[in-house]
Amino acid sequence: MDMGNAMKRLISSMWPAAMSLLLMALPALPATAALKVLACEPEWAALVRELAADNASVSSATTALQDAHHIEARPSLIARARNADLVVCTGSELEVGWLPPLLRQSGNARIQPGKPGYLEASQLVARLEIPKVLDRSLGDIHPAGNPHIHLDPRNIAKIAQVLSERLAYLDPANADTYRARTTAFLARWDAAIRRWETEAAPLKGLTMVVYHKNMSYLNAWLGLREVGSLEPKPGMPPTTAHLAELVARMQTAPAKAIVYAAYNNPQAAEFMSERTKIPAVMLPFTVGGSDRAKDLFGLFDDTLARLLAVPK
Amino acid sequence: MIKRILMAVAVAAALAGPGTAVAVTDAEMRELREQVEQLKREYERRIDALERRLKQAEGTAGKAEAAASRAQATAVGAEAAASSAGARPAGENAFNPAVSLILNGVLANLSQDPARHQITGFAPTGGEVGPGNRGLSLAETELAFSANIDPNFRGTLIAALGPDDTVAVEEGYIQGIGLSHGLGIKAGRFLANAGYVNEIHPHAWDFVDAPLANKVFLGKQLADDGVQLKWVAPTETFVELGAEIGRGRAFPGTNRDKNGAGAANLFARLGGDIGASTAWRLGLSHLRTRAQNRSYDDLDSTGTQVNNSFSGASRLWVLDGVLKWAPNGNPGYNNFKLQGEYFRRREDGTLTYDTAAASLGTQSDIYSSSQSGWYAQGVYQFMPRWRAGYRYDRLNSGTAKLGLVDSGALTAADFPVYAAHQTTRNTLMLDFNPSEFSRLRLQLASDKSRLGATDKQVFLQYIMSLGAHGAHKF
Repeated sequence: MDMGNAMKRLISSMWPAAMSLLLMALPALPATAALKVLACEPEWAALVRELAADNASVSSATTALQDAHHIEARPSLIARARNADLVVCTGSELEVGWLPPLLRQSGNARIQPGKPGYLEASQLVARLEIPKVLDRSLGDIHPAGNPHIHLDPRNIAKIAQVLSERLAYLDPANADTYRARTTAFLARWDAAIRRWETEAAPLKGLTMVVYHKNMSYLNAWLGLREVGSLEPKPGMPPTTAHLAELVARMQTAPAKAIVYAAYNNPQAAEFMSERTKIPAVMLPFTVGGSDRAKDLFGLFDDTLARLLAVPK
Repeated sequence: MIKRILMAVAVAAALAGPGTAVAVTDAEMRELREQVEQLKREYERRIDALERRLKQAEGTAGKAEAAASRAQATAVGAEAAASSAGARPAGENAFNPAVSLILNGVLANLSQDPARHQITGFAPTGGEVGPGNRGLSLAETELAFSANIDPNFRGTLIAALGPDDTVAVEEGYIQGIGLSHGLGIKAGRFLANAGYVNEIHPHAWDFVDAPLANKVFLGKQLADDGVQLKWVAPTETFVELGAEIGRGRAFPGTNRDKNGAGAANLFARLGGDIGASTAWRLGLSHLRTRAQNRSYDDLDSTGTQVNNSFSGASRLWVLDGVLKWAPNGNPGYNNFKLQGEYFRRREDGTLTYDTAAASLGTQSDIYSSSQSGWYAQGVYQFMPRWRAGYRYDRLNSGTAKLGLVDSGALTAADFPVYAAHQTTRNTLMLDFNPSEFSRLRLQLASDKSRLGATDKQVFLQYIMSLGAHGAHKF
């Protein structure tokens, strides 16, 4: 048997199976012309919803209960990336483990880096904590700076403007709608920022221990002071030795709160709280992280409410 | 007029891209003008928007700077000032590929002599399928380079530095990056999409060694030289179809002096989520190739070591499934991974006994076999950084049809490696992962690969990754 014949026979034997799979798949093709957006994190999905309403069908690759750094390029995400017109991600290596393989496996030229269908939000704002030294002995550090940019609402405003133009470019038929919605959103958002800043005035100088260095932009915005983290090094789970050291430090210089995100395991924070009598405060961190954090406004309303409830 | 037509053709060609034959009429010309006008309007609108944004940015820049300096003053350990420049140093090495290095070392305690290792019932594959050396040894070190070449191509080289001071090209391929319609193309040497584990590099395996089925059916891990084309369907459920055409250089094929292709592999994959906590993938692949003088050594009935060889067709089916679970899909604290693969192979051809005429003389006759094997494994992360796993391996050699034995020319005792055998292996694993980049592992196994001998194995292993961040493949 010649190899050429073997291959022909192989292909002819698999062809009907391939065709029937394809036919099965076809009815599932979405019939709507809505722009398909894949957000890496819930905050960007929420922002797209604000600016695009029904003109875009949006999904988020991660939920508020997932650590966006640690998920995998799972099959359902490849399928979603393959069909997406726009991918909106944080960038700055937050998704370094799964976004590049996801984009490579998607077979979708529209969403590759450098294309209009690829938007990296952290590139649009000033980043904090850009490391001077890159060495993994310092933990899982991000060369481009701290990627958790969304907890400063002023960053959201900057990103909204670029995102709006991107939506308008990709879907010119609805460009006016995107621009109008963005203008309206920014007016509401600016008013909300002023309200939040007034409300949060008493929080200035509040000392806190964080779980992971993911609150830095919130701290910078409201003038909160981070005095320690439950993780011994960024990205490394809390160890008992490190927690014991932190407990000892809190005896002499106690912080006002131990703050962790909805996706962090509460155990370490509760352990610390029990031993130091410092309240542990769960923050939604992103949209969907708590019942009140239904959208971006709710996210900041709830975050401030939870911080303001901390005894002075 | 001719000039105008020529110009229109040039414009149209420039717009339509190269390779398009065009004939332009006045109507089309008008349409072109309209398009150009439209483009102009669109750009003007965008420039306006940019100017608006610039003004806004200028307005807020001062505020941002103030906030940044406040952050610097207050945040403990915040060494760096705010900056969006993200400046990378310019220099000759600015475009160096991403480099990563995997260091891997093993301490093995084996109750059976690894030199006498055999998986009874299956012809030796010629690959590194044994349990390795006794005692302390360096395992395979992996050196990987990858980078985008230009807007169209990406290149990857993964070299395996063996503990015996050899270097092998494990993978070296280029792939298209600008493709659309769900298409993906790869060319060069790459791990075949034959089942689940074959495509995963050893450092990312959940056990020290490969499943027995991968050892006997794919020579541990099959990487052929060839071309791969795959397609992701535009569906919500993940559907991927693909084909690989290769030279068939490695087991189960052999390197042959031949134009054209020597092996073909077709694969289909299906996957999705069940709620937020569970993700799954199923795969089916079919590999067809031919072997020519695929030789192995055996001891015949006279106790002489003889070299036998097989020539013929080899067809392999692999069915694989993976299911991953984590509470709310957040694997940091607890997660569970269940995987299994089933292999079935049919080989038909000619078996030549004693090719070197060292014992009873060279003889050939027909050979056919139908063999199968499977494994199932589960790995559970019971607390951050700690995982435990169990794997069960089983092989069914079946009874090979040997023309030389059926005709009475030789006896079954001349082919001890083809003795019918049901191989089993039980493996337990515990690993500790101080960080995403390091892993320490203990593995215990009871391996009944060789007829009548159980190999009690203990392994201690470290796997460390340096350099570029690894991919979180499913």
